[in-house]
Amino acid sequence: MLKFTEEHEWLQIEGDVATVGITEHAAGQLGDLVFVELPEAGASFAKGDSAATVESVKAASDVYCPLDGEIIEVNQAIVDDPSLVNSDPQGAAWFFKLKLADPSAANALLDEAAYKELVA
Amino acid sequence: MRQTWRPDLEDISHLKHTPLHALHLSLGARMVPFAGYDMPVQYPEGVLKEHLHTRAAAGLFDVSHMGQIVVRPKSGRIEDAALALEKLVPVDILGLAEGRQRYGLFTNDKGGILDDLMITNLGDHLFLVVNAACKDADFAHLKKGLGDTCEVKMLDDRALVALQGPRAEAVLCELWADVASMRFMDVAEADLHDVTCIISRSGYTGEDGFEISIPVTSAVDVTQRLLEHPDVMPIGLGARDSLRLEAGLCLYGNDIDTGTTPVEAALEWAIQKSRRSGGDRAGGFPGAERILAEFANGAKRRRVGLKPEGRAPVRGGAKVYADAEGKVAVGTVTSGGFGPSVDGPVAMGYVDAAQAGNGAKLYAEVRGKYLPLAVTALPFVKQTYKR
Repeated sequence: MLKFTEEHEWLQIEGDVATVGITEHAAGQLGDLVFVELPEAGASFAKGDSAATVESVKAASDVYCPLDGEIIEVNQAIVDDPSLVNSDPQGAAWFFKLKLADPSAANALLDEAAYKELVA
Repeated sequence: MRQTWRPDLEDISHLKHTPLHALHLSLGARMVPFAGYDMPVQYPEGVLKEHLHTRAAAGLFDVSHMGQIVVRPKSGRIEDAALALEKLVPVDILGLAEGRQRYGLFTNDKGGILDDLMITNLGDHLFLVVNAACKDADFAHLKKGLGDTCEVKMLDDRALVALQGPRAEAVLCELWADVASMRFMDVAEADLHDVTCIISRSGYTGEDGFEISIPVTSAVDVTQRLLEHPDVMPIGLGARDSLRLEAGLCLYGNDIDTGTTPVEAALEWAIQKSRRSGGDRAGGFPGAERILAEFANGAKRRRVGLKPEGRAPVRGGAKVYADAEGKVAVGTVTSGGFGPSVDGPVAMGYVDAAQAGNGAKLYAEVRGKYLPLAVTALPFVKQTYKR
């Protein structure tokens, strides 16, 4: 199940685990990324908490945790090469995997059509 | 993700346009409000490529938002304008030869900096370029300070573009061959395709380059001719900021303001010997007492380069400490970001004089962590001015 937030995160949900990243639209708006800071595996976040930071030459932006949960894996590849977020934001450049506290809460997020409308 | 700016949500109807505004839009620029103007922050290539291209070839910047001011002596004697302006800036203007330019500062009675500017002797008048955000206040300050001896006029019928980078000379030579004989801080009036422009060999990137003042009616035409050259790319405010930061140059409002003095800001070089204690025309500018005392005794704090050890950028506003626990505060970062040519984070800021020596290891607070950084000589990149 693919879901989106109004803050431009995407979630690929399988069972009670969501793989989270930022959307192509967001990556385009940010421009070339030069630094990514990810949370540590094991950390717990509430929906809306700042879970990661991305920085372009110009500015730093927060990436929010889209739902309540615990980080079970992070993607070191985007720390080693932040430009991956620009080249493949909705594929190889996922940020972290989140074990959802309440998988049913995902139903309230945007589906792809609604997100596309939002950024149109 | 929180976007740092959402231009679509802002009311931009009150913003002023430079003469090149439509050209920016046609080039696909992303526009942002800056100093009351709707300005290009980046073009489709993006900040990173724009920055690197400027250092590798040539970048073209619209800086028409800046103020261009003429100060013309009523007596007809340029010395009178020079001496009048010296009452407002701690700079040797009398000794500024015709066709030469110099960096300067407007100071206030407390020794703070009202603005920084470029000052040119154009023979029968002085030509000033001041910051966009300060230009109305500067104009009023000049009118008040030297309106009795000089005619002070804001030029609102001229655009200003900067052409910067190692290929700038070759590109501009195709329009005006004499440009090759100019050296750093020379200024000449020149006809570019029958348009009389004021060209100075200066800039705000640390690279060799030129700033070109163009009559509004020809601004688009001259700019387009420069952009047609394959070595030239349009550059937005984003890369302008990262380029000047790597070059160690101050941004007014960030790194210098009314709360900082020229000595604190490490701008002693901008105050020539003739205006310092023991000089022919020592003092005689606002705040001279404090500024000259700081020359003699040093200032309590100093602007320095700060090089973060890791990859994380340290931005303006970050607090700086002597220790990794954030117990002993010693200063603040005033500008910081990622330097594409350095390929790493770069910053500058003010630290206590005791911590201002090159190599001092300090810590900046970023998102609750204390990141190590080293006090470093500025600039971060080698300047390539043609002296």
